[in-house]
Amino acid sequence: MLGGKTLIKINGLKKVFTTNSNTIQAVDDLNLEIKKGEIFGVIGYSGAGKSTFIRLINRLEDPTDGQIIIDGQDITSLNQKDLRISRQEIGMIFQHFNLLWSRTIKENIAFPLEIAGVPRTERLERVDELIKLVGLSGREDSYPSELSGGQKQRVGIARALANNPKVLLCDEATSALDPETTDSILRLLTDINQKLGLTIILITHEMHVIRKICHRVAVMENGQIVEHGEVLDVFLHPNRPVTRKFVEQVMGDKEQDEAYEFLTKEYTTGTVIRLHFVGETTNRALISRVAKDFDIDVNILQGKITQTQKGAYGTLVVHIDGNDKEINRAMEFITSTSVEVEVAPNA
Amino acid sequence: MLNELFPNVKLADLWEATGETFYMTLISLVGTFIFGILLGLLLYLTARGGLWQNKLLNFVVATVVNVFRAIPFIILILLLFPFTDFVVGTIRGPNAALPALIIGSAPFYGRLVEIGLREVDKGVIEAAKSMGAKTRTIIFKVLLPESMPALVSGITVTAIALIGYTAVAGIIGAGGLGDFAYFYGFQRRSFDVVFVCTVLIVIIVFIFQFIGDFFTNKLDKR
Repeated sequence: MLGGKTLIKINGLKKVFTTNSNTIQAVDDLNLEIKKGEIFGVIGYSGAGKSTFIRLINRLEDPTDGQIIIDGQDITSLNQKDLRISRQEIGMIFQHFNLLWSRTIKENIAFPLEIAGVPRTERLERVDELIKLVGLSGREDSYPSELSGGQKQRVGIARALANNPKVLLCDEATSALDPETTDSILRLLTDINQKLGLTIILITHEMHVIRKICHRVAVMENGQIVEHGEVLDVFLHPNRPVTRKFVEQVMGDKEQDEAYEFLTKEYTTGTVIRLHFVGETTNRALISRVAKDFDIDVNILQGKITQTQKGAYGTLVVHIDGNDKEINRAMEFITSTSVEVEVAPNA
Repeated sequence: MLNELFPNVKLADLWEATGETFYMTLISLVGTFIFGILLGLLLYLTARGGLWQNKLLNFVVATVVNVFRAIPFIILILLLFPFTDFVVGTIRGPNAALPALIIGSAPFYGRLVEIGLREVDKGVIEAAKSMGAKTRTIIFKVLLPESMPALVSGITVTAIALIGYTAVAGIIGAGGLGDFAYFYGFQRRSFDVVFVCTVLIVIIVFIFQFIGDFFTNKLDKR
């Protein structure tokens, strides 16, 4: 599925907003390829241009320059009529759900089908399927005002999927939800991605959303993509300060560093080391092997390992105690694995 | 007992006058609803950032609306005499009051419609666009249904203003309770007639308000 063919190709995309007093480069020469079936995340602070970017994809904003090619079709060159038809193949969900409060859940989900001119009986069948898919059975005749935020977003997702789109755009889809509800919506999106092989592009300012469901990520700043790649790589080697900040959001490195300094002072014998686990290595029983194979004591002081779509990522701070020779041997062994080792400076 | 309290009130005439008031109010209400929604939609759609953004058209419509709202109703009736004569064929009776009633209240309702449409969540319009909806679909399936409670409460307010207008129209011979109160009551010094007409008009206003509130609440699913 991944590494598959390109679904969306974006070339030199630009959007300039002109107000009376100045011009703003919201999106500045953006190039990107999104593969079929992947969950692609775009992260950035507000004002980075990510919201404009996602709205350019279905031309809710018209680009100033550049091309967007979805499945071989140049969206940017379409006239209004063809654009409307193409939009039926691009689902979109929103931060504030944007449901019609005057319609029931069923009628809301049926709306895009009405627009596409699907006959009534087919429409009803499809709506039933979708209600089951997003887990809202029993609520179909309620009005949006009677639902919780998470349920509203489920309706939004069902509505976006109604016309079997090629891609689903998520505009801060979980930003208005509490953490628990966010998780359930993210699970639903992952589910849909796997079941239907649907390509998903999501924008967010929350790194844990990227960590939980994205395969690849792009970091946006000042209208440009400053860094992009596999989520794990970006987590591991954040090049830009903005990326590092986002990674810290999930890992809480700063706080940990203060404690780390404190820990190295506490232990006067042995060595305090920090291990960086990336990807598959996390799953191997490194610590127990070290403890078994070498004559040393290993004491885990602190750590956090977190799961991403492409494996785990995290750090452990351990204290190794024993005679110097054994410690050195153990260190050599650990260094020979793909786990990165950092020795506490003053230990 | 009624005869003792209100010696000058003739029930048959009173009923006829009440019927005329209802007739004028209801017919002009339908006209006002249609023209008001058209004006409101035009004002909303041609405004800056609207779906049919058009500075000139917006200016023209807004000017027409403002001018007609500025003219006092009693003067509007007089101004419209030639037009009424041309359209209805007479300047007397309930039918002759209709053009003035509609032209007088449609701009007012148009503004209320515009306000109601502005209250529709921009995000919902955007969502409809993202699904590939035509402007016509957005108007009939998003804008109007989503603003319906505001449109109904607006037409209720307008209906009550209209009842007042029909009474004013009565002074220049349109028929209805205003006419009855003025010619049979005030001019003959039969104040019991004025009083009964007033009570009836108040009751009619209450009926309209009650019906309007009922539907507004029923339609509002927010």
